Amino acid sequence: MLDVVTAPPETRVAPRAAMRSAKALTGNIAVAQAIRQINPHVCAAYPITPTTQIMQEVAQFVADGLMETELVPCESEHSAMSACVGASAAGARVITATSANGLALMWEVLYIASGLRLPVVMAVGNRALSGPLNIHCDHSDSMGARDSGWIQIYAETAQEAYDNILQAVRIAEHPDVLLPVMTCMDGFLTTHTSENVELLGDAEARDFVGAYHARYSLLDVDNPITYGPNDLPDSYTEHKYQQVLAMQNAARVICEIDKEFGERFGRSYGMIDTYCMEDAETAIVVLSSTAGIVKEMVDTLRAEGRKVGLLRPRVFRPFPAQELVDALKGLRAVAVMDRALSFGAEGGPLFTEVQSALRNAECGAPKVVSRVFGLGGRAVARDEIREIYDELDSDRPVKFRLVGVRE
Amino acid sequence: MIDVKRGGWKSFPLGGVIPEGGTSVAYLTGEWRGGGKRPLLNLKACVHCLHCWISCPDSAILINGGKMVGFDYEHCKGCGMCAQECPPMVKAITMVAESQFGATL
Ligand code: SF4
Ligand code: SF4
Repeated sequence: MLDVVTAPPETRVAPRAAMRSAKALTGNIAVAQAIRQINPHVCAAYPITPTTQIMQEVAQFVADGLMETELVPCESEHSAMSACVGASAAGARVITATSANGLALMWEVLYIASGLRLPVVMAVGNRALSGPLNIHCDHSDSMGARDSGWIQIYAETAQEAYDNILQAVRIAEHPDVLLPVMTCMDGFLTTHTSENVELLGDAEARDFVGAYHARYSLLDVDNPITYGPNDLPDSYTEHKYQQVLAMQNAARVICEIDKEFGERFGRSYGMIDTYCMEDAETAIVVLSSTAGIVKEMVDTLRAEGRKVGLLRPRVFRPFPAQELVDALKGLRAVAVMDRALSFGAEGGPLFTEVQSALRNAECGAPKVVSRVFGLGGRAVARDEIREIYDELDSDRPVKFRLVGVRE
Repeated sequence: MIDVKRGGWKSFPLGGVIPEGGTSVAYLTGEWRGGGKRPLLNLKACVHCLHCWISCPDSAILINGGKMVGFDYEHCKGCGMCAQECPPMVKAITMVAESQFGATL
């Protein structure tokens, strides 16, 4: 689906090198600026709302001579991810962007990228995976890809979406990881909403990501290699185990790189974000931009004397089970707000992961309930969040319900 | 060369990459003939046109000084394309059942 909205011209101008600048930027434009600064060897992409604008801006930067990137406009997302895989196997640093059905069309190639250990970075603007046709925000697209072997990081704000892309390049390419990374932000709510974003100076951004030296390159004809040979039952399990370990290593590497980013630029996020959790008795767990409105309700309820808190997992793969358990153990009740369904499951995908982490921890686990909200871009009202906190104070909150569904 | 049948995960290059060239030589596809057929050459009939050489998918036709001299049975999969492509007036290659040769490659 083509998105022909063009960014205002002033946002296309590159900030002067080595200068930080705070600007009102949408998530898409902020991410495009990060990609310009990273200046990857290759961007292969196909447009889809609500992330079209990212590669549209990148194309403009390339045309204006602000990037040296080889931009490959493809005929579908399947081709786009295939081109990313090919370019990465050739030794290139590769970044792309997509959403919803575009991500779905990439599906089989997502597994090729992770299985071949190719550190591709992809910005995802979360959007409902139709049908019926819906282009608005929910997490059904990236939640479906949660088992594809990609690292997944979810941003609350446009600032974080920008910072995440810069960090993602380092995480993906780390020798102990070598896995592709998806950096997700809420479609329209973050991709198209202007927020204050502080861009790094070009020089410090490039210095942070550094140069990329691929372990293997298909273009190195003096050292011939084979990518993607037949991997039979004799050896497939060993390769999958290497991926399991890489995902475990990623938890450490994500924290190290986030810490370094914080020391250099003053912003760091950790695996999880917590708000008023120190003495909380009940809490909501939610991903991405919704955390903002929940924090506001926490303030309101705290002013009324209620001990409520919020936990936002920033990283979903690898799942920060230990951090969650440490923050949630001892609470009376927790509501996990999922912006995606897992039809036939006990609750949303984030809920089942949180519940499983708490059950395995055997730590006086709180009661956990599933609240699915915001499907296809349905706004969640402040009163609906208050109601969820109220339910957590009741004796027997229902295990699962869809917030705001009309009878 | 990595031992894919017995090696552990630590010995495998990441992502299944084969980090060197020419490794198909070490992969003995001749085993794939199993209980099928193997090609035999009638050297007296052969006119050394090399149609078999250019047709063989496994580079299993042995050439010496520009002349056909036999088969690399460690890699010949027994597909029979060489016998099929040998010119009809010549037919210097016949496919013979493996059972005629016992258990040797
Ligand atoms: S195709 Fe037949 S005649 Fe030609 S080289 Fe091969 S065996 Fe000899
Ligand atoms: S049977 Fe097939 S594999 Fe064997 S030598 Fe002939 S063409 Fe090659």
